[in-house]
Amino acid sequence: MKRSNKPIFWALFGAGGMLSALVGPMLIFITGLAVPLGWLDRETMRYERVLAFAQSGAGKLAIVAVISLFLFHGCHRMYHCLHDFGIHVGRGLKAAFHGFAAAGTVAAIVLVLAV
Amino acid sequence: MAGWWKRHPYYLWYMLREASCVFITAYALILLWGLRRLAQGEGPFEDWLESLGTPGSLAFHALALPVVLYHAWTWFKVMPKTLPDTRLPAAAIVAGGVAASAACSAALLVAVWWFGLWSVP
Amino acid sequence: MTRTIRIECLRYHPETDAEPRLQAYEVPFTDDMSVLQGLQYIKDHLDGSLTFRWSCRMAICGSCGQMVNGVPRLGCETFLREFWPGTVRVEPLEHFPIVRDLAIDQSDFLAKLESVKPYLVQKAPPAGENTNLQAPEEMQAYYRYSKCINYLLCYAACPQYGLNPAFTGPAALTLLHRYNADSRDAGRAQRMPVVNQEDGVWGCTLVGYCSEVCPKDVDPARAVNQNKVNSTLDYFKHFLFPRAKEKS
Ligand code: FES
Repeated sequence: MKRSNKPIFWALFGAGGMLSALVGPMLIFITGLAVPLGWLDRETMRYERVLAFAQSGAGKLAIVAVISLFLFHGCHRMYHCLHDFGIHVGRGLKAAFHGFAAAGTVAAIVLVLAV
Repeated sequence: MAGWWKRHPYYLWYMLREASCVFITAYALILLWGLRRLAQGEGPFEDWLESLGTPGSLAFHALALPVVLYHAWTWFKVMPKTLPDTRLPAAAIVAGGVAASAACSAALLVAVWWFGLWSVP
Repeated sequence: MTRTIRIECLRYHPETDAEPRLQAYEVPFTDDMSVLQGLQYIKDHLDGSLTFRWSCRMAICGSCGQMVNGVPRLGCETFLREFWPGTVRVEPLEHFPIVRDLAIDQSDFLAKLESVKPYLVQKAPPAGENTNLQAPEEMQAYYRYSKCINYLLCYAACPQYGLNPAFTGPAALTLLHRYNADSRDAGRAQRMPVVNQEDGVWGCTLVGYCSEVCPKDVDPARAVNQNKVNSTLDYFKHFLFPRAKEKS
């Protein structure tokens, strides 16, 4: 019986699921609705403030954690969705989903180090 | 098995839960794009902020919010099934998760709103 | 008071029928009659060729699982009065091959059940004793899961089993957990490979409907998903200490 390598991706899926369950709705509310619609002061997301946040250690960590774990969570579930819709997910496609999340993570790390 | 999710409402709710992944992934990509614009400087970042106010973006976020909220609810609802057996009643674990989420969300809002956490270097 | 209800049964005799069809019967019933008794009335008075399984008539043998109006249920504890004046549609359990009418072929499940070693792999008793004692709390660790008696309603409720018949499935994984969680058992190392494979716990996406339909409140979804955590710990342990002997 072959051992599955799911545990790695399931752990990342779980971490992303937990993080998005804890802060996902509020983040979407703040950045996607409240600030653009002016319910929260536009100042909240002014360039200097966001930049200062992204330049702090904790800020970098938070940004990478949210982007990376949301991606791993979403991509893992997405290939399960395809399976649920009866679309056979071969090894290649499965790797593509996880690879996409990994690439997003690398991009986030590179960018967060660049700001 | 084609169309199996239409056989029972229970399956439809399951599919809605699974569909939340599309919104969570897209939202992460929006943030990633914003991070790129931030790294490029003030002008590009302001453009990104501007784009968040377009009708398409607002519609996406308005739809994503309830779906991700539903994801959060289901996440805590199944938490007792994933954790090792405990003496705690399942309802207490679910309530604990929901309370933690409410607390995190409130803290996030307060931090951003009143204290301008993002301005602290 | 006797009323009459329409029962539609799936009929399929593989030797003569090209494909399954529904056949309707008008069945007189009283308030205390179950779906199973409705089927027995049909067999005794209307159509002797109808085939279905039953034994205990009291929800403990696990023979009479059927799809009742699309939901996996036990025929003997589902009452006809619930559906009157509508009709009742009785079909064999989803996802299993049909042997004849409402009787399904369980061989696939039985093979999986065997693969999880659903029995105590005895631990050597402590020195000087000839038996392993168990405290009530230790029994609580597995008691709930031991109530499973293979009705197979959970398999009929599980879309993942329907989509991928190689998936070990809820009841077999639950019984696997039942023995792993038993303080007298030493078989964990032999069972973990079943848990860890792609078609073990990883075939599950926590739909959770298995636990909804379980008439014994066994909560198979819980047994399966706890073992995702166990399998993950096992994976990293194996990864970090590849040579460490699996301890039971
Ligand atoms: S006849 Fe035994 S469980 Fe229904």
